Amino acid sequence: MEHAIAVRDLVVERGRRRVLHGLTCSVPRGAVTGLLGPSGSGKTTLMRAVVGVQTVRSGSVTVLGRPAGSSTLRSRVGYLTQAPSVYADLSVRQNARYFAALHGRGRAEADRAVADVGLAEAATQLVGTLSGGQRSRASLACALVGEPELVVLDEPTVGQDPVLRADLWARFHALAAAGTTLLVSSHVMDEAARCDRLLLIRRGRLIADDTPDAVRAAAGVDDLDEAFLRLIRAGGANPAGADGDPS
Amino acid sequence: MNPRILAATTGRILRQLRHDRRTVALLVVVPGLLLTIVYHMYVDQPVPPGRPSPFDRVALIMLGVFPFLIMFLVTSIAMLRERTSGTLERLLTTPLNRLDLLFAYGLAFGLAAAGQAAIASAVAYWVFGLTTAGNSALVIAIAVVDAVLGVALGLLCSAFARTEFQAVQFMPVVVVPQLLLCGLFVARGQMAGWLQAVSDVLPLSYAVEALQEVGAHAEPTATLWRDLAVVAGAVVLALVLAAATLRRRSG
Repeated sequence: MEHAIAVRDLVVERGRRRVLHGLTCSVPRGAVTGLLGPSGSGKTTLMRAVVGVQTVRSGSVTVLGRPAGSSTLRSRVGYLTQAPSVYADLSVRQNARYFAALHGRGRAEADRAVADVGLAEAATQLVGTLSGGQRSRASLACALVGEPELVVLDEPTVGQDPVLRADLWARFHALAAAGTTLLVSSHVMDEAARCDRLLLIRRGRLIADDTPDAVRAAAGVDDLDEAFLRLIRAGGANPAGADGDPS
Repeated sequence: MNPRILAATTGRILRQLRHDRRTVALLVVVPGLLLTIVYHMYVDQPVPPGRPSPFDRVALIMLGVFPFLIMFLVTSIAMLRERTSGTLERLLTTPLNRLDLLFAYGLAFGLAAAGQAAIASAVAYWVFGLTTAGNSALVIAIAVVDAVLGVALGLLCSAFARTEFQAVQFMPVVVVPQLLLCGLFVARGQMAGWLQAVSDVLPLSYAVEALQEVGAHAEPTATLWRDLAVVAGAVVLALVLAAATLRRRSG
């Protein structure tokens, strides 16, 4: 089967620092793929490369069969940045309607996207007056409103209460069941178990690319956090030190 | 460019402006207040025979300079906020074209400037008795073109600013020299040759000359149309450069 995202030998440098060291991985269609790794491991950089806003040094990123960033992809890919990128001086509904209009969608779709992230009651509130968690859900609504084939979500569940977090993951799986491909980053391991497939990266290198069960089996433990640790130690290439801050 | 996206983006920018009531109030009130100061500065000055009164001369130029200055500042900050809040990066992953965004800013703030210029002109003509040989509608039209020039230069300059502090510093760099050399303080013909040469390549000089043409002639003159064409050309050039500096990919 053709993959939704195929990354080959991707090298990215930010300033003088090499952030991704020849990364190769793929993301299957119609599933939720988790991009896991500690803060500073290169998750955001990889996601930016996938949506085509990252300058890359070498290597290739193919998204839905086209080079990442192609103009035809821009109506088929939805992107949630890590910091909520919505207009603080507009209401939730006005934000959703604007991003809906960019994707050729109408008011009904915008209102549905707002309701889907649990913000129906706050729809007329200015984003600037929302809590951090609400603000990031407003941003999520704007990423989903265009009903994209591929959704790239950078830490969408940070700061959400456990009930809402469960709702959001249920929603991600419902989207995947309907054929949407999701790439979701997180630095908390308990979310890894909710993914259909995992990409574990550390210091810009891929450590694992498998299902959660296979990752557990490979490491010989049930706990994914522990499994991640064992895989890093088994890899042995990077003894503890310098850049990343393992969490 | 896509008309639907252009309209949606223009509407979005105007909606943001509308939510900022204090800014709207400042846009409406400040030009009138400044005209009041200018009126009282010149009210007792003798009027040279056969020349326009000093108030008429200065107020007319102010009606064009003011929208240019304000829209330059407002646009620089608005565009910088798009960059720092991450909304620009997100917009660049959507079907929005770079030119859609730049033209939407020009349209939205051009409309805001039209409102501002209409109010300021009403104050100048009706409250303070400004007299021009030409039509006041032409004065407003020139003011709007000046505002769009401010927007275009603001969009271009914001590409070179990383912080609000830097963005604001571009005002003395980009706006003040144009203000000094546009003919408001010293007639351009009386300046040293090299200053005149500098003045000749600054777009605001042509905007001010266009206003002076309306002040002196009942019918639009050929010089007026040429001046407006020069200002419009500067707008297009600044927008093209702004589009070239607005990179989809960054490091």
